[in-house]
Amino acid sequence: MSSTLFRAAPALRGALRASAAPRVGAMASTSFVRNKATLPDLPYDYGALEPYISGRIMELHHSKHHQTYVNGLNSALEAIAEAEAKKDFAKAASLAPLLNFHGGGHLNHSLFWENLAPASREGGGEPDGALKKAIETDFGSFSSFRSQLNAALAGIQGSGWAWLAKDKTAGNLQIVTRANQDPVTGSLVPLLGIDAWEHAYYLQYENRKAEYFDAIWNVVNWKTVAKRFESS
Amino acid sequence: MVNLSTLWHYLALQNPLQAAGNLSSTGLTAQTLPPLPFAYDALEPHISAQIMELHHSKHHAAYVAGLNRALDAHVAAVAAGDVARQIELQRDIRFHGGGHINHSLFWKNLAPPGSREAKAPEEVAPRLVKAIERQWTSLQGFKEEFGRVALGIQGSGWGWLVKEEGSGRLRIVTTKDQDPVVGGDVPVLGVDMWEHAYYLQYLNGKAAYVENIWHVINWKTAEERFVGGIPDEKTEL
Repeated sequence: MSSTLFRAAPALRGALRASAAPRVGAMASTSFVRNKATLPDLPYDYGALEPYISGRIMELHHSKHHQTYVNGLNSALEAIAEAEAKKDFAKAASLAPLLNFHGGGHLNHSLFWENLAPASREGGGEPDGALKKAIETDFGSFSSFRSQLNAALAGIQGSGWAWLAKDKTAGNLQIVTRANQDPVTGSLVPLLGIDAWEHAYYLQYENRKAEYFDAIWNVVNWKTVAKRFESS
Repeated sequence: MVNLSTLWHYLALQNPLQAAGNLSSTGLTAQTLPPLPFAYDALEPHISAQIMELHHSKHHAAYVAGLNRALDAHVAAVAAGDVARQIELQRDIRFHGGGHINHSLFWKNLAPPGSREAKAPEEVAPRLVKAIERQWTSLQGFKEEFGRVALGIQGSGWGWLVKEEGSGRLRIVTTKDQDPVVGGDVPVLGVDMWEHAYYLQYLNGKAAYVENIWHVINWKTAEERFVGGIPDEKTEL
């Protein structure tokens, strides 16, 4: 994953630098950073998930929100590298929350876009094969899994995500939630994530988030989920 | 109306309640949605009527309903002597109770942009403005610092100007999700930084929302809280 999320992109690096807020020492500090995070392209058009997720939501979500996480991650990495170079480890440690937030936001959204697909293409339906079997073993049935994930989403108090993850230690599937942009890490491998931040649905669903949680199943790309499951 | 600290006190004294199933069976009143002190469109153009209507009639109403559900369940758990269930319910009481308290405080610290309360802080909040100037040099300096702090929230939450009990010192703090300002601090004014508070109008431009909110801050309410302290503020609910 890291190879696709972080790649050296000299042209983009320049663009990022140019678009960043003017900061003293910004030119000098970029020399510390070798690999910049970049905004991945969406694997479909902004309007491709309609009517379940509007084109306007997708455009803002990808081109503004995700881009902000990418920029924030690069700034955090740069500031940490600077602190490291000065052996100011207290300063480096103080930047950890920013790295977690923006880095998590970048990882989560990158996984999310690949989790989705137009309903007219791979989106929707039900998983099959080994993934279907694992879901039935760990959650009873596909529909029980769906309602458990929807209940987890509805129970998030604030901004956050709900995930289907594979526990590499226990060997089973689990539903977990994460606050804000905390990424799924450690022994858990994220397979399918649903963004429960208000910006993910508000322009279309307003306060009716349960409708969004129901609708999104029409655009879940089970092929991606199965691929992650099989390689985990 | 019953305020939350009274309710907690009551529950603590009555444990275990006899045959109690819900709030009304204990003689307690359910929490209700307070009316807005102005029309939904009164904060235009800074906060749209659509935002205000959804925010008050849907979001705040949902916190009130969630709080009453949690309190009902808590009363039943107390009556049943089920301590584990009481502890489990604290999360919902904190979230929905905090949501109810925070929004109730928020509506009262807003005012229409043309009003004296919003336009003339030096006149309607002389003591508070003086204290702010002592601490941040100028009202403008304070607004900028408040914006910087509020925009640093990672996720949903609130930005607050609070007064420390005792010292009377002013501080800018944030609370996450629907955590209310508790302890010795008096919330003088609060700004909702959840996306539902601005997204329909400002989209991802939350810095513009935080800048524009100053056009609709009710400085008179802020002065009353600053001067009055905790007891007065708590009875606002």
